[in-house]
Amino acid sequence: MINTAREPIIRVRNMVKKFGAFVANDRLSFEIFPGEIFGFLGANGAGKTTAIRILCGLSKPTSGEIKVAGFDAYHQTEQIKHNIGYMSQKFSLYEDLTVYENIRFYGGIYGLTLSEIRSRSAELIDQLGLQDFRNVLIKSLPLGWKQKLAFSVAIFHRPKIVFLDEPTSGVDPITRRQFWSMIYAAAHDGITVFVTTHYMDEAEYCDRVSIMVDGRIAALDTPESLIRSFQVKNINDVFIKLARPAAPNEVNQ
Amino acid sequence: MISIRVEHVSKSYENVHALDDVSFEIGKGELFGFIGPDGSGKTTLFRILTSLLLPQTGKATVEGLDVVRDYKKLRPLLGYMPGRFSLYPDLIVAENLEFFASIFGTTIRANYDLIRDIYIQIEPFKNRLAGQLSGGMKQKLALSCALIHKPVVLVLDEPTTGVDAVSRVEFWEMLKKLKAEGITIVVSTPYMEEAGLCDRVALIQFGRLLKIAPPQTIIDEYSQKLFAVRAENTYKLLTDLHNFPETNTAFPFGQNVHFTPRTASFKVAELETFLSRCGQRQIEIRAIRPGIEDCFMELMASTSTENQA
Repeated sequence: MINTAREPIIRVRNMVKKFGAFVANDRLSFEIFPGEIFGFLGANGAGKTTAIRILCGLSKPTSGEIKVAGFDAYHQTEQIKHNIGYMSQKFSLYEDLTVYENIRFYGGIYGLTLSEIRSRSAELIDQLGLQDFRNVLIKSLPLGWKQKLAFSVAIFHRPKIVFLDEPTSGVDPITRRQFWSMIYAAAHDGITVFVTTHYMDEAEYCDRVSIMVDGRIAALDTPESLIRSFQVKNINDVFIKLARPAAPNEVNQ
Repeated sequence: MISIRVEHVSKSYENVHALDDVSFEIGKGELFGFIGPDGSGKTTLFRILTSLLLPQTGKATVEGLDVVRDYKKLRPLLGYMPGRFSLYPDLIVAENLEFFASIFGTTIRANYDLIRDIYIQIEPFKNRLAGQLSGGMKQKLALSCALIHKPVVLVLDEPTTGVDAVSRVEFWEMLKKLKAEGITIVVSTPYMEEAGLCDRVALIQFGRLLKIAPPQTIIDEYSQKLFAVRAENTYKLLTDLHNFPETNTAFPFGQNVHFTPRTASFKVAELETFLSRCGQRQIEIRAIRPGIEDCFMELMASTSTENQA
């Protein structure tokens, strides 16, 4: 649950990212609080990926003040990387490694000791009911299992923030809902969740959502307040109202 | 008039039944949707229909041509948009389109009318490398390339996956126009709400067809009482509903939880009392009509749950 009295875990003020003359992110400002589920929506090409790459320490902003988990996005990108987790639909786990090998690999990357990895992975494999699949290659698992495992691996080193980039794309409707229960549980444990999705019902599961249009944040509020202020039925309608006029100008960076 | 006829087609990879005894027919000019999650067999089926993969058993014909025996005659009649972006990222937009026109022995000019509405939206970027387009634009270019030889049957494998809600609406508007041209369109999608835009849909899971019907029929045949339940705290509401003895299913749908009761004698008042005892406030419970997603989830639950986490 959100506690706005606390210090924000992500603070972004006037963030700008330019590629040549093209402004991919135009003065973005927002604050995200510990344990919050923050939905980051926008049309394809609106600038979401650019912003996420900066927040993950993978790309330098052009200007603006950006702090992630207390670290500066210009000079402390390595510390940022140690304090976050990341998963996406496109890249999550290594297909040619087994379930356990993937966990061990990620644990190792984040500097966990082998004994920590052993005990935590046993716990994790139990929780996910994957006892019989510990030594099975990832590529032979159904997508829904993979995505649930990928999420658990992304928070295996107990990061302060986890970035989820379209984590449920193509997943069946029941697994999609199980996945969201895991997100809720992680947020309940204090992990801040930063999530993008094209399923508009999922946007309504977030504590707050922002909607990007043409490199700018066009709206940011709780789902209920957005629905109320746009006088529509659901977030899908809010999204279409905001994003539709801008669609032809989309460009990817 | 039948455009596509599939009879008892099966296909396995090692120990996975990708398609398990699948049969159906699609009429000429029909907009037919396959709705199902990743791994349900949609891509395997589409590859068989487009002669890119051989079925192990069974038979499939498209426009009267056998997909195995007559593949050479069949291919010029087909437009295929694979699920993965399969254009040349190192060619610019216009070069990709020219390439596809030329391998089918035609020109952009000859068939420009068919793609005009779609291509016009990406024409301002025609000198951009295809690899540098955004998702929505890649999808429009891929559709243009699939259409440039004026196919009779268009096969689209998840054209809207990963595409934003606005571009999805626009894409379906384009499909409606193509249908008006008389093209048979076979399309797959994981977005359940898109099912409502098809003439008929097949719900597919674990390589089997759960149901084939017009979307309205699927909704009309939903067998349970369905309620939308709302309260101040959705997450706690879900936990509370799981503890309610009368709960059959409770799934979040946006800001509501869709609830089905175990028995026909269920009374709304009982649930109301239960939830207020749990400390819920601003409780709203109303009977609703199901959407396709409710129907799909009901069918998923009633069929075998092997392979299911």
